[in-house]
Amino acid sequence: MSNPIRLQNGPGAAAILSAGIGAGALGVFALAADAFSVVRQALVIWPPSGPLSGVTTAAIVVWLVTWAGLSRLWATREVNLARVNLAAFALLILGLLLTFPPFMDLLQGK
Amino acid sequence: MEISFRDLITVLHGMGFGALFMLAFSGAIGVIYATAAAGADSPIARQSKTMFRFYLISMATLAWLAVLSGAYIIYPWYRAVVPSGVTDLSGYPRALLLSSPRTAGWHELGMEWKEHIAWFTPIAMTMVAYVFIKYGPQLALHRQMRNAVLGFTAVAFFATAVAGGFGAFLNKYAPVRGGHEIILFRQD
Repeated sequence: MSNPIRLQNGPGAAAILSAGIGAGALGVFALAADAFSVVRQALVIWPPSGPLSGVTTAAIVVWLVTWAGLSRLWATREVNLARVNLAAFALLILGLLLTFPPFMDLLQGK
Repeated sequence: MEISFRDLITVLHGMGFGALFMLAFSGAIGVIYATAAAGADSPIARQSKTMFRFYLISMATLAWLAVLSGAYIIYPWYRAVVPSGVTDLSGYPRALLLSSPRTAGWHELGMEWKEHIAWFTPIAMTMVAYVFIKYGPQLALHRQMRNAVLGFTAVAFFATAVAGGFGAFLNKYAPVRGGHEIILFRQD
């Protein structure tokens, strides 16, 4: 059986890193909405759901825009996946921490 | 035997979408690992590819349905503002929980964590499904990519477990009820 052509890792790396960026953005928006009333009000894009509607929509926009941008940039490239994974998981953990209410409160000195 | 409309939607959100996703999780790990382990030119991997793609796309779809139904249908019922003069808080779950220091934590920790952490799951599973569709058996040639995909899948499971677990407890202490009653079974 013939060996298949090895695909470049760029598109996969773009998806992984942008997912990490989206997760990190979710945490940052959640913290900002919790800490600053002006941000909280600005993120109410659908009043019945309150700021959650804006927090999640903004994070999804950041994730998808980043994904589209990185996909274009890395479409035919081979990138350092170890570094991409490290950055993606660091952002994912940051996002998880920033959405954890006791950690949010700790950062705000509550 | 009756169920309220809001109860029915809450069951669909938690058991229909969330629990089904949780049940599918171990299969996803197996699908990704088996495909990568079989190798890029394995005939088994090629034959199973379509089914595995459908499996992961279904998981991502379930995750999106769970968060969208939660945030845009159930959450507004949960956080409804109590009109002045109303003393019975049973139709206002958030206010009911916050009305007692013994239950306030279920909102302040449980709901406030749940409403955000759940969103990691569809983001992670969409990425996982995309990478699997794009690379499939070639994940055997991209070991670090396979590890990242498995890692994100595990985090998606954790996020769903937190959201689902708190969702179950919240619905015990302050159930989202109301709307018209649906008769499921009528006794003679």
